[in-house]
Amino acid sequence: MSIGDNSGEQPAINGWYELFSRGSRDWLRHSEKVREAVREHLPQIVAGSDIINSGARTVRIPVKLLEHYRFRLRAAADAQGVGQGKAKPGDVLGQPSADAAPGHKGAGGTERGAIELMLEFKVDDIIDWLWEDLRLPNLQPRGGGSEAVDWKREGWDRHGARSRLDRRRSLREATKRRALEPESPAFIDEDLRYRQLTRRPQPAVRAVVFFLLDVSGSMTERDRQMAKTFFFWVAMGLRREYRYLEIVFVAHTTEAWEFSEADFFQVAGTGGTVSSSGFGKVRELIESRFNPGSCNIYLFYASDGDNALDDRARSREELELLAKLTRYIGYVEISPNALRTVRTETIRLFDEMTAAGHSTRRFSVTSSDDIAAAVRHFFTAEAQAGPAGGAA
Amino acid sequence: MTAAWQTYIPKLEELARKLGLDWDPVVFEPVPDSFMTEVAVYGLPVRMPHWSFGARYIYQLVQRHMGYSRLFEIVFPGNPGHAYVAASNGLADNILVTAHVLGHADFSRNNLLFRRCQEQVSEHIVEHAATHARQIERHIEAVGTEAVEQVLDAALSLEQYVDVDLPLRRERYPEYLPAAAALADDEFRARYSALEAAAAPPLPRKVRAPIPPRPERDLLWFIATYAPEMEDWERDIFLAVREESFYFYPVYATQVMNEGWASYWHARLLREADFIPQEAYLDAIKCHSDVVRPIAAGEQAALSINPYHVGFTLWERIVRDAGLEAARALMRADDDFSFIRNQLTAELASDMELFRYQRQENGQIKVAPDDIDALRESLLQERYNFGAPRVTVAELRQDGTLVLQHDSQIDGRGLDPERARKVLEYVQRVWRRPVLVRTVDAALQAFEVAAPGVSARRGSAHTSGLTS
Repeated sequence: MSIGDNSGEQPAINGWYELFSRGSRDWLRHSEKVREAVREHLPQIVAGSDIINSGARTVRIPVKLLEHYRFRLRAAADAQGVGQGKAKPGDVLGQPSADAAPGHKGAGGTERGAIELMLEFKVDDIIDWLWEDLRLPNLQPRGGGSEAVDWKREGWDRHGARSRLDRRRSLREATKRRALEPESPAFIDEDLRYRQLTRRPQPAVRAVVFFLLDVSGSMTERDRQMAKTFFFWVAMGLRREYRYLEIVFVAHTTEAWEFSEADFFQVAGTGGTVSSSGFGKVRELIESRFNPGSCNIYLFYASDGDNALDDRARSREELELLAKLTRYIGYVEISPNALRTVRTETIRLFDEMTAAGHSTRRFSVTSSDDIAAAVRHFFTAEAQAGPAGGAA
Repeated sequence: MTAAWQTYIPKLEELARKLGLDWDPVVFEPVPDSFMTEVAVYGLPVRMPHWSFGARYIYQLVQRHMGYSRLFEIVFPGNPGHAYVAASNGLADNILVTAHVLGHADFSRNNLLFRRCQEQVSEHIVEHAATHARQIERHIEAVGTEAVEQVLDAALSLEQYVDVDLPLRRERYPEYLPAAAALADDEFRARYSALEAAAAPPLPRKVRAPIPPRPERDLLWFIATYAPEMEDWERDIFLAVREESFYFYPVYATQVMNEGWASYWHARLLREADFIPQEAYLDAIKCHSDVVRPIAAGEQAALSINPYHVGFTLWERIVRDAGLEAARALMRADDDFSFIRNQLTAELASDMELFRYQRQENGQIKVAPDDIDALRESLLQERYNFGAPRVTVAELRQDGTLVLQHDSQIDGRGLDPERARKVLEYVQRVWRRPVLVRTVDAALQAFEVAAPGVSARRGSAHTSGLTS
């Protein structure tokens, strides 16, 4: 409303009223509670796979205002009320709107229209929540692995970067000097001491994680998306946890290829499923590039389990070889529906491996809501089982 | 601008006094819009923190941002009363607001319901609420946000359940039933007592009174008084919320009358004030017509009423037909229930274009046939008991179970079971024993809602661990 007389003169307001911020404070508390509530729906957040492709560091999730519950009557089919305006008995006024009920200030349950908010969550936070109660595979230093070289602090020097100035030592130098020449100034350049860094080899705690994905024709777009989402969260989590972690991405149909991370999450293929090709490729990569004696090797495999029948023996063979090279093999089966009772080829294979005492696990995922559970399953299981010894 | 406005305050007050208004002094204070919004959300200038206010606050900000509503003033009755005036008001707004506030102040000083509630909560509710807020801050420091929040969740979700017909400070129920009155003397008793063996009168047996002796409407009081393992600070919070509800009750139960009365007086004071410059007068009148406009501009009909418009029209008519003295007598004695039932005639309703609507099964809204009785009841239906369903304490069982009873007969429907369960969940955390409510389901068959098996034990261990 515009009303005259407002000649730019500021009204005298008690300044401290501006300081009231209870509304904002309680709003922050509300947001905190929303975050807690959202956190309980982690599986749904994790399932949102947009982040993989967009590369964003935040996820936007629509949320509703939290309701503070009060006793309310059931919604009645024949609710009635009083309105005002030009309307004759028998007129039809259209659909009821949520905020038709007259609001009032102060006490009482005011009807809340549907305000939807977009809350932004950091991917890092989500990883925190996802991984917080997981105990990660405990990496053990492998013998002979001294390739890693790190900077260590060692000794002092009169020259160096300002940030490495050692104040205590510099002060001590100055005190010593002044003890000999009492008339000299408090500090001179010669007093300053800087910490020095040198490169020293460190015992290595290295890990290599292979992600092997079945991209054959039987894997639908949705299946692949689920598998990739799973890999994405595992990769994000592992990467934060380990300084020396290498992730190798391999996809297979009847053949297998290594991919870069960016390409891997985009890859799609056609053709049959021959798991042994994938396992073989992984083994080949391990043998050519990594030394199983000096690093911890993990393999995660995702497939729909429809391995070609004539590949059974070879897969088993390859997997046995891999099991010797790796500390742990996890298999995520992407099943189209939860009711599948027949054990698939690959599940049978993994069950045999587990029965034979190898460090392998499997988990079936039927919908994207299971992904968080899958991540949990593998990493809690790994921690509990504890990799059996391993060649030190 | 403020200076200009403030020169009008004594002039308006003088005119109001001449016209028979009678009020306790009011302190006018211009405040920033953000503060106005907060006061509107919290209902009091300083009030306890709770996340639900935060949600309402954002809702208000959005509404304000979209230009749905604008607040000119908020007045708190008391002695002195406090009127907060939006700093963004122009001179004309403020002249109008001043006159409006004088109407409110006259109303709250003279209306019986206001006076009765004010006797209970004293004239210093604003200060009391601030004290409650401070106490709650201290509890938060002592036991942590979450523990206090749990109690506030419960107390505020029941904030409508007070009984203003009984005093704010109540005694516990009598523990024993009153002794049965001695039987009337008759011939048989005379002969019986003459018998030697019966010489010693039997000891009067004391019978424990049931708790509650009759359905109890004041859930906040009942829980604070009879909860088996409530901490003292938790009771404090319940009683603080209850006191504030006692204050809110008259504001709520006289909304139409009160806003109408204030609107009547701002219009009349402006009309009769010869000291207001022409330009400001026109602006103020324009503002007045916005306030008492029945429906938003450009709309055909609204599914709600504007209490300013209804109240204003009723008072105009009463003063015109029965005179100011009769109007003042009504203002003193009535609340919205008696006021609307007695004063809203079929003729007035059709003048104001009020109509009753009913939702059809297909979701369509149909205007119902004219029926003034049904219209009045429909209008008042959402005003009883702060508009909340009627729930009372029915029984306190031996094992400590709290049994609530919903009066589905008056409300005509059962409680929404999901929400009821959530409320019981809040309550169970402070009651620390099972809590259930009896209501009816969609087919009007008896139906019981209980809080999901919250372990009462754990709840109590949790909180007492925090306080010790």
